[in-house]
Amino acid sequence: MIRGDRVFGAFMIVVALGYILSASSIPTSFMSDPVGPRIFPYMIAGVVILCSLVMVLKPDPDQDWPAGPMVLQLGLALAVLVAYAYAITPLGFLIPTTVAAGVLSWQIGGRPLRSAITGLGLAIGLFVLFRVILGLGLRGLPAGMGF
Amino acid sequence: MDMISNLAMGFSIAVTPYTLILAIIGCFVGTIIGALPGLGPSNGVALLIPISFSMGLDAISALVLLTSVYYGAMYGGRISSILLNIPGDEPAMMTTLDGYPMARQGKAAEALVVSGVASFVGALMATIGLMVFAPYLARVAYSFGPAEYFALYLLAFCTLGGMGSSNQAKAALAAAIGLGIAMIGLDKTTGIPRFTFGELHLMDGVDFLVAIVGLFAVAEVFHFIESHGKDSAIGVKLGKILVPWRMLRQTFGAMMRGTGIGFVAGVLPGAGASLGSFLAYMAEKSVAKGADKASFGKGNPRGVAAPEAGNNAAAGGALVPMLTLGVPGSGTTAVLLALLLTLNITPGPLLFAERPEIVWSLIASLLIANVVLLLMNVPMIKVFVKILSVPAWVLLPGVTMIAFVGIYSLTGSSFDMLMMVAFGVLGYIMRKLDIPTVPVILGILLGNAMEDNLRRAMVLSNGDWTYLVSSPISIGLWIAAILGFVAPIFLRRLLKKPPVPQTAPVMNED
Repeated sequence: MIRGDRVFGAFMIVVALGYILSASSIPTSFMSDPVGPRIFPYMIAGVVILCSLVMVLKPDPDQDWPAGPMVLQLGLALAVLVAYAYAITPLGFLIPTTVAAGVLSWQIGGRPLRSAITGLGLAIGLFVLFRVILGLGLRGLPAGMGF
Repeated sequence: MDMISNLAMGFSIAVTPYTLILAIIGCFVGTIIGALPGLGPSNGVALLIPISFSMGLDAISALVLLTSVYYGAMYGGRISSILLNIPGDEPAMMTTLDGYPMARQGKAAEALVVSGVASFVGALMATIGLMVFAPYLARVAYSFGPAEYFALYLLAFCTLGGMGSSNQAKAALAAAIGLGIAMIGLDKTTGIPRFTFGELHLMDGVDFLVAIVGLFAVAEVFHFIESHGKDSAIGVKLGKILVPWRMLRQTFGAMMRGTGIGFVAGVLPGAGASLGSFLAYMAEKSVAKGADKASFGKGNPRGVAAPEAGNNAAAGGALVPMLTLGVPGSGTTAVLLALLLTLNITPGPLLFAERPEIVWSLIASLLIANVVLLLMNVPMIKVFVKILSVPAWVLLPGVTMIAFVGIYSLTGSSFDMLMMVAFGVLGYIMRKLDIPTVPVILGILLGNAMEDNLRRAMVLSNGDWTYLVSSPISIGLWIAAILGFVAPIFLRRLLKKPPVPQTAPVMNED
C-alpha cells in the first residue's frame, strides 16, 4: 500500500544519495584535518538513509491528505506566497500585502468582501506598525511613487 | 555572596525605564502569542527575532524583550487551554485536562488565577534554580573538550528525538535533515563551499531564522487553510475575577511538586516543557488518593496547578543547559539560542566568565518579567480573553505578513523569502507525516559546531576514532544518549498521554 511515509522515505533516500554524490565532489585541500569536509556529510546521509528505510518498511498509519479542491487551495496559497516574495521589492509593501493577506484571509474564512477589507486593513496597519512605529526600512509604494 | 552581588549587577543593568517598558511590552505581546491557538513560544519568539534585530536593539534590550515574550507565551498558553480546550501551545496540553472541565463548571476565573499563580511559582523557583545551578554547571563545562561536546550534541538530538516523538526513526531523520542543511555553505576549516551548487546566496549557509520562521509560522498557514480555521473561538463565560485564596492554599503543594519535577525535566537536554508538565501532572495524580484521585480530569484544581507550575519551571530549567553548554533542551530554547547567536553571543562556560553582565541581566530580566506577568495575568486576564476572539482569518494572514516583513527587513532578498516559503512547505509535509520539526531547527543550529568539534577531536587524536569515547564524561554522555533514544520505546507504553477532554476539536498541538 502506498502511504505518505513510504513516499517521503523513498524521496529522502534519493535526496540522501544526491547529497552523497555532491559531497564526494568536495575538493580536499592538502592541509586538511584527518576528517576532512566530506566525512560528516556522509555520516548524515547515512542516518537519513537508515531512517528513511525504516519509514519505507514500517510506515505509520497514514494521515488524511488533502484531495482535489484542497490541493488547488494549498497550491494557490503557495503561489501567492512565492509571488509575494518576488513582488515586495519592486512593488513596495502595501499593494502586495493587501493582495496576499486578502487571498489568505479568503482561503481561511471565505467571504470575499470581508477578506478584501482584512487584507487592506492588515497592509495599512502593519505598515504603520513597522515603518512608522518601529522604523523598519520598508517602502510603501512602487519605486518613484513616494513613501 | 557571589550570587547576590552578581544579581545586583544584573538588576543595575536591566532596570532602566527603557528596558522596563520593553519588558512590559514583551510580556503583553508574549501572553497574547501564547494564548492564540497556533502561535506558541517558539514561533512567537521566532517571528520577533528578525524584527527586533532590524530595529537595531542592543543585545541586552533584545534579550529582555524576547525573554519576556518567551515567559509571557508560557503563561499565555494556559488561557486558551482553560477557556477553549485548545492548548495555546504544546506544553499547555496538560492544562486542558482539568482546566477546561473547571471552566465548564463555571470556575473559569478560579482556574485562570490558580494557573497564573502556579505559572509564577514555577517560573520564579526555576529562575532561582537557574541562578544556583548554572554557574556550577558552567564550571563543570570547562572540562569539556571537543569529544565531550560532540557527545553532548548527540545526547541533545537523541533525547529530543526519543522523548518528543512517537517514532524514533522520524525524529532521527528530522535531526539529520537539519544537520544536512547546516552543512550548506563554506566549510569553516578548509574554506571550500559545500552543497551550494554555485548559488551565491547559499555561500553563507542557510540562515536559521529563515528556517525557523518558515517551519514554525508559514507552515501554520497551510495548516489553517486546510482546516478552514475550524478551531476559532467558542467562548466560555468568564465571571468576576476574585482571588480564590483557599484554592491557592490547597494547591500550593501541587505547585511546589510540579515545580521540582518541571525544573529537572527542563534541565535534561531534549526533554523540555512538554515533558515537564506531563510528568508533573502524572505525579500529582499518583500522589492523590481516593475521591480526590478520581476527580482528576474532571476539574481538580491541583490538576491545573501542577502542570502549569511544571511547564513554567521547565521553561526556566531549560535555560540552564542552553546558557552553560550552548545546548538547547527544547524547541523554544532552540529559538532562544538562535536569538543569542543572532546577537553574537555564544553561550557556553565562557559566557559566564567573560560576559557575566549578559547572563545576570538576562536573569534579572527573567525575574522582572515574572512579576510583570503575575500582575498582568491575574487582574488583567479579561483583556487577553478578549484578544482570544480574534478570528483565524485575520490572525493567520497577519502572522504570515509579519513573517515576511521580518525576513525581508533582515536580509532584503527574495531568495531568503522563497527559502522561508520552502521551509513552510517542508514543515507542512513533516507535520502531516508526524515528523517533529524541532530537531530540524536544532540540527541547523548545532550542525556546524557538532562537525567542528568532531574534526577538532580527530585532530587532537590524530584520526583515532576511539578518542570520542575516551573520557569518563564522554562515555557517560554516550550512554545517556543511547538510553535517551532507546528507552522511550519501552517506556512509551507506560507513559501514555491521557486523552484530552471531549467537546471542542483540538487542532493545534503546538
